[in-house]
Amino acid sequence: MSQELMMDLPDINRRRLLKGVGIATGLALTIGINDLVRAAVAEPAKKYGGDAMPGGLKEDVLVFVSIGSDGIVNIVAHRSEMGQGVRTSLPLVIADEMEADWARVRVVQAEANEAKYGNQNTDGSRSMRHHFEPMRRIGATARMMLETAAAAKWGVPRNEVRARNHQVVHQPSGKTLGYGELAVAAAKFPVPVRDNLKLKSAAEFRYIGKQNTRNVDGQKIVTGTTHYGIDTQLKGMLHAVIARPPVLGGKVKSFDASAALKVPGVLKVLELKSSSLLPPLFHPLGGIAVLASNTWAAIKGREALKIVWDHGANAVYDSQTYRKILEAAARKPAKVVRNHGDAAGVLARDGKKFVAEYYQPHIAHGTMEPPAATAQIVNGKCEAWACVQDPQAALDAVAAHLGFKPVNVRVNVTLLGGGFGRKSKPDYVVEAALLSQAMKGKPVKVTWTREDDLHHDYFHTVSLEHMECALDAKGMPTAWLHRTTAPTIASTFVANAKGGAPFELGMGAVNIPFNIPHMRVESPEVQAHTRIGWFRSVSNIPHAFAVQSFVAELAHNAKRDHRDYLLELLGPARKVNPDSIEDGWNYGESPQRYPLDVGRMRHVVELVTSKAGWGRKLPKGHGLGLAFCYSFVTYIAAVVEVVVGEDGEISIPRVDIAVDCGPQVNPDRIRSQAEGACIMGASLTLTGEISFKNGAAQQSNFHEYQVLRIDEAPREIHVHMVEHALDVPLGGVGEPVTPTIAPAICNAIFAATGKRIRTLPIRDQLKA
Amino acid sequence: MVLLEINGQSRQLEVPNDMPLLWAIRDVAQLTGTKFGCGMALCGACTVHLDNEPVRACVTPVSAAVGKKITTVEAVGEDKVGQAVQRAWLELGVAQCGYCQAGQIMSATALLRATPNPTDEEIDEAMSGNICRCGTYPRIRAAIKLVAKGGTK
Ligand code: FES
Ligand code: FES
Repeated sequence: MSQELMMDLPDINRRRLLKGVGIATGLALTIGINDLVRAAVAEPAKKYGGDAMPGGLKEDVLVFVSIGSDGIVNIVAHRSEMGQGVRTSLPLVIADEMEADWARVRVVQAEANEAKYGNQNTDGSRSMRHHFEPMRRIGATARMMLETAAAAKWGVPRNEVRARNHQVVHQPSGKTLGYGELAVAAAKFPVPVRDNLKLKSAAEFRYIGKQNTRNVDGQKIVTGTTHYGIDTQLKGMLHAVIARPPVLGGKVKSFDASAALKVPGVLKVLELKSSSLLPPLFHPLGGIAVLASNTWAAIKGREALKIVWDHGANAVYDSQTYRKILEAAARKPAKVVRNHGDAAGVLARDGKKFVAEYYQPHIAHGTMEPPAATAQIVNGKCEAWACVQDPQAALDAVAAHLGFKPVNVRVNVTLLGGGFGRKSKPDYVVEAALLSQAMKGKPVKVTWTREDDLHHDYFHTVSLEHMECALDAKGMPTAWLHRTTAPTIASTFVANAKGGAPFELGMGAVNIPFNIPHMRVESPEVQAHTRIGWFRSVSNIPHAFAVQSFVAELAHNAKRDHRDYLLELLGPARKVNPDSIEDGWNYGESPQRYPLDVGRMRHVVELVTSKAGWGRKLPKGHGLGLAFCYSFVTYIAAVVEVVVGEDGEISIPRVDIAVDCGPQVNPDRIRSQAEGACIMGASLTLTGEISFKNGAAQQSNFHEYQVLRIDEAPREIHVHMVEHALDVPLGGVGEPVTPTIAPAICNAIFAATGKRIRTLPIRDQLKA
Repeated sequence: MVLLEINGQSRQLEVPNDMPLLWAIRDVAQLTGTKFGCGMALCGACTVHLDNEPVRACVTPVSAAVGKKITTVEAVGEDKVGQAVQRAWLELGVAQCGYCQAGQIMSATALLRATPNPTDEEIDEAMSGNICRCGTYPRIRAAIKLVAKGGTK
């Protein structure tokens, strides 16, 4: 066992775990197994998957499992719950492998501590993909230690006992011992080394891949007794709202708080230092904070503030003008990021060509729970409660801003009322901590109003995708050029960064496996003027909108069926090494383990079209549209049926989605993620837009930033899952469906009406 | 000082008359099941019942609730229909993040009390004021129909 491992398991952690779960008196399993892999196997040159993440993977049974003498098995959920079901799905893997009875499992939410739990950044559709196998090994370790303890107690050979549904059975005699009775004894036995672990076979699974484990938070959700970030109540707590600079990089020139201070309930008005320096990182934006005895008073107080802003250099940002800047950049040669053959040469020659451009504006996450956090400082230690996707990032940011050592900061993770990427950026937690510090440690809750949320998001990027093709006599592309033009997420982390980052280009720009002789992708450089962040499926959204719409346009141009044309472009089933198509990123996964599998891509296209009745006869005004996406190492294809009324009104009676994410752990939650991502995709297609004027976001609340409601949502969503055995590695689930929806809807509209949409959102484009 | 009846209990709250009921319930009465989503009657997250009628608490001043029975999601299960709605929600796994669901449940309960067997159009009408950013709408519709059919145990 390594030194590092020993240091990961100080006693204090154990006590904290026990305290956290209340009644777990008989601590079960001691000593961790942790990263024995890494110690045992020769270190590969490059790490992939969970091993490459900050904090890596921790497989310590002590950290993740404890058993009370009452037999209750406490399992730690170290990732954040935002609706994807992770607080249920990861613990059920441990429970299954350790033969625990789900009814006697309690889930304990981990605080921020990556040294202890391994990576906690709940982002990038990674939780199950990275942690399925570690969770299995933790569960198997617990099971084997319990079996060893029972065999010793009975004085029988180890191979005569078997763990089964929360007890160990001596098979020849039928004697049993419950997990609660074995907990203390099990702790005294050595932890099996990883090579000796016996994992269950898939046939032995009780919960994995089944649908018999209800959401652990379900009952509390329907009775309104859960704790989200916005729900924290502490004694003596102050409620804060903040007036932030409307323009990124702006600051307060002067302010007058006299009227605000007269609002009943307002206790204090404070200036928060503006961080006008780039890059924005997770810094609070600064501004004027109003602290009050309740949220309402704080909101009223803020309305009464008089503030003169210095808007700074980004006041030039105007979405109409910026579209022209994007177009100009997209029409000039730019940095080449993939080049096979001589696309530029072929396109320069005379011959049949097809050119199209696709535009998408900024969009906001609009989580139903706006950002919110509470912090207090007691005896030089800060404790925060917050809805964060990346707890460790929140802790580190708080510590840095307070000038505290990280060990003196604790971040407790609440439930998240939606995340979608917004809550990976913990600026709001830092605000709460700074205000508490300014108030001598008093507990302060910062609540973002909806206006704050829409004005100060880390926005999904605006984009202009320029597509060009040279065509042969049959209308098939001989050369392909894609110029993907958008301010980059990297600008949030590196001042004035420009051009697509590898992780953006690797989301469906460079890694398009079409069977075209000359392929070229370019990445023009454009300046960001607001905070750019990742949004559920990130760059896959604009890239799939462009590529999947463009292919449908090419098929129509060639007078071919879209599906057949698409399959011909994909070419024969084969495995493509991502490195060979200049995708060195590959979602952080090993190119050997996760090649781009064209066979699986073809299969989802074939599956979804057959399930949706592709080619069936439709009434007037109806149309079917198809799109696929390879997103977060999962293969998705969707067929959308739209109806366009005489007045241009769009409705979506049916969507079929084929999902190939490898083996399924919690199939019902995969389906619900597909349904939700579909509706979010439809939302951004039909109405999603944040526009800027004079540097500031123009939409303030849900009347201006419209998201789909029940009457507009697709009426039926059919999710078709591709089954796999465990030899296939897991893919992402939370994000991958989103990008297919916009192009599938636009392709369906074209089929229904002959009108091609190249600018999102559609809003009333069909009404003209 | 305002006297309110919340979930069958009289509560003396020290709040101004014009404070929206939402903040009186959340911050002062400290019942946090009722959620804030927009503050402008646009999202339905704050839906509570006043004498069994659904209202948006974020735009209802406390003065308008005086003398009326306020019911929040914490107590809606004491009612038969409310309980059936909660069960249907669990049975069909409606919730994702769950944040909007208090409001959805309050709206659905009010709908089903008034219209025990709603049509799709009636569901649209009653539920379109409640946004779910996670996109649980197909399951919300199915759960309402499950209650209408008397399908929950
Ligand atoms: S918070 Fe009241 S309707 Fe949105
Ligand atoms: S379940 Fe998340 S907003 Fe509805």
